[in-house]
Amino acid sequence: MALLELKNVYKIYGDLHALDDVNLTVDEGEWVAIMGPSGSGKSTLMNIIGCMDKPTRGQVLLDGKDIANESSRGLTDIRRDKIGLIFQQFHLINYLTALENVMVAQYYHSMPDEKEAMEALKRVGLGDRAKHLPSQLSGGEQQRVCVARALINHPELILADEPTGNLDETNEKIVLDLFRQLHDEGTTLIVVTHDAEVGASAQRVITLEYGKVTSSHGDTSFGKAARKDVV
Amino acid sequence: MDLRKLPANNLKRNAGRTVLLVVLVALLSFMVFGGSVVVTSLQNGLSSLEARLGADIIVVPRTAKSTTDLESIVLEGTPGYFYMDDAIVDKVAARNGVERVSPQYYLATVKAGCCSMPVQVVGIDPETDFSIEPWIARSYSRDLGIHDIVAGCNITGAPGSKILFYGVECTIVSKLDETGTSLDNAVFCSSDTLKDLIRGSQKQGISVLADNDPDSIVSTVQVKVADGHNVSDVVDDINLHMRDVWAVQSRAMTSGVADSIAGASTVIGVLFASLWVLAAVVLVVAFTMMGKQRRREFAVLRVLGASRRALSGVVVKESLIVSAMGALLGVIVAAGAVHAFGGTIESALGLPFLIPEVGQLAVFALLAFVVAMIAGPAASATSAMRLSRVDIGQILREE
Repeated sequence: MALLELKNVYKIYGDLHALDDVNLTVDEGEWVAIMGPSGSGKSTLMNIIGCMDKPTRGQVLLDGKDIANESSRGLTDIRRDKIGLIFQQFHLINYLTALENVMVAQYYHSMPDEKEAMEALKRVGLGDRAKHLPSQLSGGEQQRVCVARALINHPELILADEPTGNLDETNEKIVLDLFRQLHDEGTTLIVVTHDAEVGASAQRVITLEYGKVTSSHGDTSFGKAARKDVV
Repeated sequence: MDLRKLPANNLKRNAGRTVLLVVLVALLSFMVFGGSVVVTSLQNGLSSLEARLGADIIVVPRTAKSTTDLESIVLEGTPGYFYMDDAIVDKVAARNGVERVSPQYYLATVKAGCCSMPVQVVGIDPETDFSIEPWIARSYSRDLGIHDIVAGCNITGAPGSKILFYGVECTIVSKLDETGTSLDNAVFCSSDTLKDLIRGSQKQGISVLADNDPDSIVSTVQVKVADGHNVSDVVDDINLHMRDVWAVQSRAMTSGVADSIAGASTVIGVLFASLWVLAAVVLVVAFTMMGKQRRREFAVLRVLGASRRALSGVVVKESLIVSAMGALLGVIVAAGAVHAFGGTIESALGLPFLIPEVGQLAVFALLAFVVAMIAGPAASATSAMRLSRVDIGQILREE
């Protein structure tokens, strides 16, 4: 069943078509990598899927609801309730500890629950670093806090923008292992990446060029049928 | 952890930035409070001066006009003296339009046990006085007996203690409220007491009155003009018909001081207002710059689901904490500065300077506090609202 559907989506800045008639479907529980060269429209696509921007035209159906014409407040609510975001630069609040950074996401979602936040940190292997500030954590640890924060409200979709872009090989492996676990548990993952290895870890790779989806190929390593979206 | 403490955490963990903001807000409230107190103190000084001028006209020896600083001796109690024949009193009383007259006597001490500086002794005639007694009555309502003195607030010695002037032992029966002028260093007594002091000075051979009888001299004649008569006309009449004296309208004597105070108040008011505006602009710029520094943090909070309103709430709460701390600091420092340097300000300006009473100070403190509590949060909330409208995705992608 499709969790996300993009139908004839355009994003136009003046003469520039950042997204040009994009059609895309992501099923529930699927792990999709979005790849492409710089300027191909990956970030624009991520912003639209992540409810941080709206398309110029077209439909974006998340869980069956068109979010293309939602108000700013409506997008904020959807982002908070349905999407967990992971960033290349981690974007932790520098004056909050690892635990507080996770709890702040709970705070704006529902209610802070320290025990649950602690569990999320333990899950990413940072139970003993909970009271540390971001400046006291390594890049890999900060990214794991970011993953814990994205997971804490049990989102329907995890959206990661170059999640391993600032990590060394060891930490990249830890983060990819976490993604595999999430995928195995049925979480839907969309990962925007330049990294071929990260792309290869995904169930399906969608390639963008000049704002268009040029290919969408399934990875047999997941044992699922290859699929091809409308180009 | 309680996330309602988010603003406090931010302030605590960004101590340098917090201190800078507190100092800016303190500067702002210092300007509001300090400026208000200084200007009001000058105006109080003038009011205090005018309140003591119960007389419409003051008559002095004609020679005093050119040889002494008449205004400062008569109005502000600066040590000094001049004398004329006491027959003048009856002559002035006889002029057309004069309702009441009362003589005053001045004597400046060379030194006294109470003080390191000369003290002006002002003698009044308890029978006829209408200008000084109403003012003294606020501190001492009974008649001044022989060798009783009412002392200015800077004179050392509590009521009941003794002071020796020219070998004559006097008793302090009361102390006056602060006036902000040299009158704070003066003492007041009956004319009989003052004449005894003159005799004492003659015995010590240090009086300029060696050849005069203290019973037949006065320093000034205070004149009350009868209703229906023009004060200027009476002044002109006295000056025209009495050759050895000079009559001056009391208001004219204070007009110079009033003009100086008005001028000083304007300059000080404009100065403080300019500094206030400058501090307010710096505060707005500081909050805006800090807001820009925190744009990524705001974007993250927006991504996590914080509404624009919630974001502004966090920022306003932070700035309220900063503003409260800064306002308190500014008011305390300004109050301390005015208290400590009031005398210096007075000497520097050369004008009467009377610090307002506690109630009025509290109103100024509240005003400074309210201004700071509005300016800081308004500046930061505006900045937060503006930043919350920017492209979140763009900010989060920036290196």
